[in-house]
Amino acid sequence: MFQTQQDKLNQDIQRWGDEFGRTRSALIPILQEIQAKYFHVSEHAMQVVANMLDIHPVEVYGVVSFYSFLDHRPKGKFIIRLCRTLSCAMQNKDRVARQLENDLGISFGETTPDGRFTLEWANCIGMCDQGPAMLVNDHVFTRVTPDKVHDILDGCRRAFGVFATEKRQEYLV
Amino acid sequence: MHNTKTGPLTFGSARINAGLQHAVKKHRSEIIAEISASGMKGRGGAGFPTGVKWNLAAAAKDEHKYVVCNADEGEPGTFKDRVILTEYADLVFEGMSIAALAIGAKHGIIYLRGEYSYLRPLLEAILQRRRNEGLLGENILSREGFTFDIEIRMGSGAYVCGEETALIESLEGHRGEPRNRPPYPVDTGYLGHPTVVNNVETLAWVACILAKGAHWFKSIGTDKSTGLKLFSVSGDCEHPGVYEFPMGISVADLLKEVGGEDAKAVQIGGASGHCVPASEFARTIAYEDIPTGGSIIVFGPDRDMVDVSRNFLEFFVEESCGQCTPCRVGSAKLLEGVEKLSKGACSMQYLRELRGLGETMQLASKCGLGQSAPNAFLSIVAHFKDELMGRIAAAPGEKE
Repeated sequence: MFQTQQDKLNQDIQRWGDEFGRTRSALIPILQEIQAKYFHVSEHAMQVVANMLDIHPVEVYGVVSFYSFLDHRPKGKFIIRLCRTLSCAMQNKDRVARQLENDLGISFGETTPDGRFTLEWANCIGMCDQGPAMLVNDHVFTRVTPDKVHDILDGCRRAFGVFATEKRQEYLV
Repeated sequence: MHNTKTGPLTFGSARINAGLQHAVKKHRSEIIAEISASGMKGRGGAGFPTGVKWNLAAAAKDEHKYVVCNADEGEPGTFKDRVILTEYADLVFEGMSIAALAIGAKHGIIYLRGEYSYLRPLLEAILQRRRNEGLLGENILSREGFTFDIEIRMGSGAYVCGEETALIESLEGHRGEPRNRPPYPVDTGYLGHPTVVNNVETLAWVACILAKGAHWFKSIGTDKSTGLKLFSVSGDCEHPGVYEFPMGISVADLLKEVGGEDAKAVQIGGASGHCVPASEFARTIAYEDIPTGGSIIVFGPDRDMVDVSRNFLEFFVEESCGQCTPCRVGSAKLLEGVEKLSKGACSMQYLRELRGLGETMQLASKCGLGQSAPNAFLSIVAHFKDELMGRIAAAPGEKE
C-alpha cells in the first residue's frame, strides 16, 4: 500500500473513532465503515483499530472472520449476493446462479480479476415471496431471471464508465 | 422491490402514537399490567410472555437500562419485519418508547440486519421526525423525566445474532456467540445492564395494545395464545406474501387463504421449525401446538423433501457460530447423511444413527440454533420415510 493511502486509512479510522467512540462496542460500526470504503479490512487496518481501542489485534480478526459482511481479503466494488435459501432455491435460483457465473467468468466466492465484482451466496435475505432475490451492495433485486442478469451487471458496469473510481450505487436503481 | 401484502393488516389502521399517549398518563406498573393482561407473547418465535420480561427488567435496580429491538430477521422464509419496518416503523418506535417508559430505560437500540441496510435511511428519517415532534428526547409528551432516544446499529450478516444473547455480544463488539443463560439479558444484558430485547412485531403490537386495550387483544386467538400474528408465506402457493391471522388458525385454513390447498407439507417456523405433513393439517398454529415466528413455506405435491432437508442443513452448517460441538459438528454430519440419502446410498442403520445424532443435538446444543437445527430433518424423516429410502440416484446431468 502506498504511504499516502495508508495515511488516509489511518486518518479515517481515527475519524470513525471520534464518531463512534473508542470503546469495544464501537468496533463493529468502525469495521463496517472500513469495509464499505476500502472493500475489505486489511491486516494493517485491523492493527490500527486494535491500537485505537486498546485490544489485541486477534480480537479484531476474530470479529472480521465471524461476520459474513466483513472480509480481510479485498472484495469487488460490487458485491453480488444471491440468496440460496429454500424459498429462493424453490424458485429456480440455480439458473440465475449459472448465468451470473457465465457472465462474470467467475465462480461463487471469487472476485473478478479487475476487482469490480465479487460473487457470493447469501442466506435468506427476506425476499422469500419474490424470489429468486439478490443483493448488489445495498440494493435488492427481486424476481431475478437469467435474462435480467445481464441488465443488472450492465448497470454496474455503466457506473464505472462514468465515475471510474467511485462507487455510485444510484446507477443501479 | 415491492412489499407484498395480502389482505389488510391491523397495523395499517392503527392510530400512530395513540398507544404512547395513553402510556404517558399511566404509572409504569399499570403499563406492564396492561401488557400482561393482554397475554402478549414474544412474536419472534420463542413465545416468552412480554409482560413478565418487562416486569423483570423494571424490577432490576440500575441507572442504565436498555430497550433493544431485534430487527435481525434471518429465519428462512420470514420477511414480515421487513414489511413492518418499511410501512409501520412508527409503531415499532412507539412500542420501544412504551417499553422504555415501563422499565425505566433511557437508551434504545434497533439492531437491523445487514441485509436490510437499504431500510436504514428511511428509519433514520422517521427517528429524526419523531425527535422533532418531541416523541424522542427529554420529557417526552410532557411527561416529567421520560427521556428516551433510539440509535440504529447494523448487523453484519450472521443469522445467530437473532438469538438475544448473541445479539448483545454483537452490540458489544464481539463475535456473535450466544452466552450461557442465566443470567438473562433482563438482568445482565448490554454492557452488563438490564436489557429488554423484543422482536419488531412484538413492539408494534405493544403500541396497538396500549391504544386499544388489553381486552381487545385478549378477545382474539386462543386462551394460551392471544391476539393476532403476522405470517410470511412463501413457496408453492398462489398468493405468497404477508398475512395477518388470529393465533390458533389451523394449517388447513391458512393454506386455503394463501392458495396452497394441494400442498403435501408445510414448513412452519423456518429452518429451525417443523415440517408438517398433509395428514396433520388440522393442527393449529399457536404456542400450545405449533409455535412459530411466522415463517410458512408451502411444499407442493412434486417437491423433493430430501432437497428441502439438504437446503436447511446447508444453512445451519454455514450459520452455526461454531462455539459448541453438537451444533458445529452435528450439522455437518447430518448434511453428509442427507447427501447420502439423496444419492440413495443410506442404510436403515445409518439413518437411525443420524436420528440419534439429531436428538443429541436437540439436547446438548448451547443455544436455540443448535437445538433446533435438526428439527426439519427429524420431522422429514418421521413423515416422509417413503421418499428417503431406496431412492435411485439421479443420472448424471439429469439433476444437480
